[in-house]
Amino acid sequence: MRRTAILAVVALGAGLLAGCAKDSEEPGDSAYDGGGGKGMTTITVGVFGAFGLKEAGLYEEYMKLHPDIRIKQTSIQRNENYYPQLLTHLSTGSGLADIQAVEVNNIAEVTATQADRLVDLGRTEGVSKDSFLDWKWAQATTKDGKTVGLGTDIGPQGICYRKDLFEKAGLPTDREEVGRLWAGDWSKYLETGRKYKARAPEGTSFVDSASGVMAAVTGGNEKRFYDENGEIVYKTSPAVKQAWDLAAEFATEKLTARLQQFTPSWDQAMSNGAFATVSCPAWMLGHIQDKAGAAGKGKWDVAAAPRPSNWGGSFLVVPRTGDNTAEAAKLAAWLTAPAQQAKLFTERGSFPSAQAAYPLPAVADAEHPYFGNAPIGKIFSRAAQDVPVQIVGPKDLIIAQNLADIGMLQVDQKGRSPEEGWDAAVRAIDNALDE
Amino acid sequence: MPEPAHGRPAAHIEHPGGPGPAVDDTAPGGTDAATQRRRARRSRRYRRDVRWSPYAFIAPFFVFFLAFGLFPLLYTGWASLHRVELTAPTDMEWVGLRNFSRLLEDEFFWNALRNTVTIGLMSTVPQLLMALGIAHLLNYRLRGSMFFRVAALTPYATSVAAATLVFVLLFGRDYGMVNWALGLVGIGDIDWQNGHWTSQLAVSTIVIWRWTGYNALIYLAAMQAVPKDLYESAALDGASPWQQFIHVTVPSLRHTILFTCVVSTIGATQLFGEPLLFSGGAGATGGADHQFQTLGLYMYEQGWVNLHLGRASAIAWAMFLILLVVGAVNWVVARRLSKSA
Repeated sequence: MRRTAILAVVALGAGLLAGCAKDSEEPGDSAYDGGGGKGMTTITVGVFGAFGLKEAGLYEEYMKLHPDIRIKQTSIQRNENYYPQLLTHLSTGSGLADIQAVEVNNIAEVTATQADRLVDLGRTEGVSKDSFLDWKWAQATTKDGKTVGLGTDIGPQGICYRKDLFEKAGLPTDREEVGRLWAGDWSKYLETGRKYKARAPEGTSFVDSASGVMAAVTGGNEKRFYDENGEIVYKTSPAVKQAWDLAAEFATEKLTARLQQFTPSWDQAMSNGAFATVSCPAWMLGHIQDKAGAAGKGKWDVAAAPRPSNWGGSFLVVPRTGDNTAEAAKLAAWLTAPAQQAKLFTERGSFPSAQAAYPLPAVADAEHPYFGNAPIGKIFSRAAQDVPVQIVGPKDLIIAQNLADIGMLQVDQKGRSPEEGWDAAVRAIDNALDE
Repeated sequence: MPEPAHGRPAAHIEHPGGPGPAVDDTAPGGTDAATQRRRARRSRRYRRDVRWSPYAFIAPFFVFFLAFGLFPLLYTGWASLHRVELTAPTDMEWVGLRNFSRLLEDEFFWNALRNTVTIGLMSTVPQLLMALGIAHLLNYRLRGSMFFRVAALTPYATSVAAATLVFVLLFGRDYGMVNWALGLVGIGDIDWQNGHWTSQLAVSTIVIWRWTGYNALIYLAAMQAVPKDLYESAALDGASPWQQFIHVTVPSLRHTILFTCVVSTIGATQLFGEPLLFSGGAGATGGADHQFQTLGLYMYEQGWVNLHLGRASAIAWAMFLILLVVGAVNWVVARRLSKSA
């Protein structure tokens, strides 16, 4: 969910305007002329944010392979604006692109409520269930076995850290050694934080935000907000409690820089080197590189997270009302095939959800120059393969957001007690879930 | 509308050659009847034109109003009586007035209403006072008065999103310029966004910054319509400039002031963009404690984040009703004012 928030506040204005944006195409282009060689099929793709498919050159490559296909993309900057519009379009059956992107926090809701309006991509030619991670495949599959979304990327997490700050605080800087500091247990991460604080360089904190820690810990559990029967259980879920307590510990012991992720001050703090670590899903590396910029060059590195955990990722769905559903499904299958996912990873840092892509050299041997040539391919594939099959639910986003942006934020930034923060979050969530 | 002169007298022509009384001017009869008929047709067209054209001319506004004003208004009212989710907007379940009655015990609604009122007061009152002062200054003969007038209007012409982004940075806790300036005079860092009053003050600042110049120009226009002889006679009576302002300018602007109050109140009740963007892109909650969540923002959160269209519609209608009440109060005040005038 947060990836889309990257594009700062200005984007919202554009996003609101883009609410009206609809791809217009000249009638001559869209008409599919089956017999003639000159007939062109235009396939439209609707995405949010800088989704990466276009930026990685995948559309162009496909158009070269299929000269009779033209691909057009429309993008709305933020998922908060994109998703409600997608729902409205799906229910009215108009205004849809041939392929639409769906964020992982929304996929359960889309799968549960919109499956009738979507093409079953599980039966599309060229789609192989085995090439995807099981849990990614399962997330977009309905109870009666229709797979309505194909996974693009996932967000296995590592810990990004500043070598220079670690050194000043008397901690190891080598990524293997750093990984060993907290391997296997998030409480060791807290322990390291305490050590850091004892000798912290002036004006720096161990971690950016308590919510970031909470998201990372929650993301490593099978059962978070929903149980197997689709009941909302976040109030009693041990995973949520563990994550909450640990993150609150970070806040109350003042180990955080008291920031809110994906806000301008978070970016500023990054460029000023105000915190030493942040739990970073693969897709966040690019953001850190952009924001920490030249000043942070040679200072950042990536170590393995205490436990495997996933945060974010997306899917492609094909609405049934489209004019070219068959061609669109083919394109969606191609875009999510292992080779293309590997390319998306090399170009954009979006980690493949197709496990068949992991052995490919583009992934297996990938290193990140900004992060001290860290072998990110190895670090993240290991994390991805050990992530448990997570139970997703339709209101994951609302629960996660209120826990972070109401509850934990109160503890972290307003100095409220963890109990007060928890109560505030629960009240907000109860209100938000009540229809 | 007066009857056209050549309009009526055609009645008997409709039965030419009928068994009417003999008439002596039979000679030009045929051509005359044709002209008359043509005239009659033209006059009918003319009358239709005069009667219906104005409707055609104002139709575009009403068509658009029906499509984008009245219909959404009524549909929202209808939706507010149902349980509707954005995941299936056509699937409506009748719940009567429940969406309204639950607002009474909805702590977030009351919080948003309180915030709307306090932010509204904090932004509108200083804004209008400052606008009055600026207009008064601009009303003097100034060098480059055009420049100042245009300058006063520039914030209004800036996009909310761009302006708010800049204000978010200015009011930043760690690297904001406001805190830096306060630091120079020995005031420690203020967490603008997390404080209840500080966040509301910051949001109000954005509103004041954007709308003061606009209101100033409205006041200026009204001031220039005040007859000069009023000032002259006041000056003759020995009134100081300040007394002139209080006893001549302000009373003459009474209706304009009332107008700007009404418009600003409506704007304040619907305040949305500034608080939404002030959270720095972190959603529609209006801060960790909903400390700057306005009614508009709460409606947005219910409708587009929580996806409860029915509940959001009820909030929209509650806002509409609140505005009607505010409008009625304004109307009463206006009547008092014009009676006392």
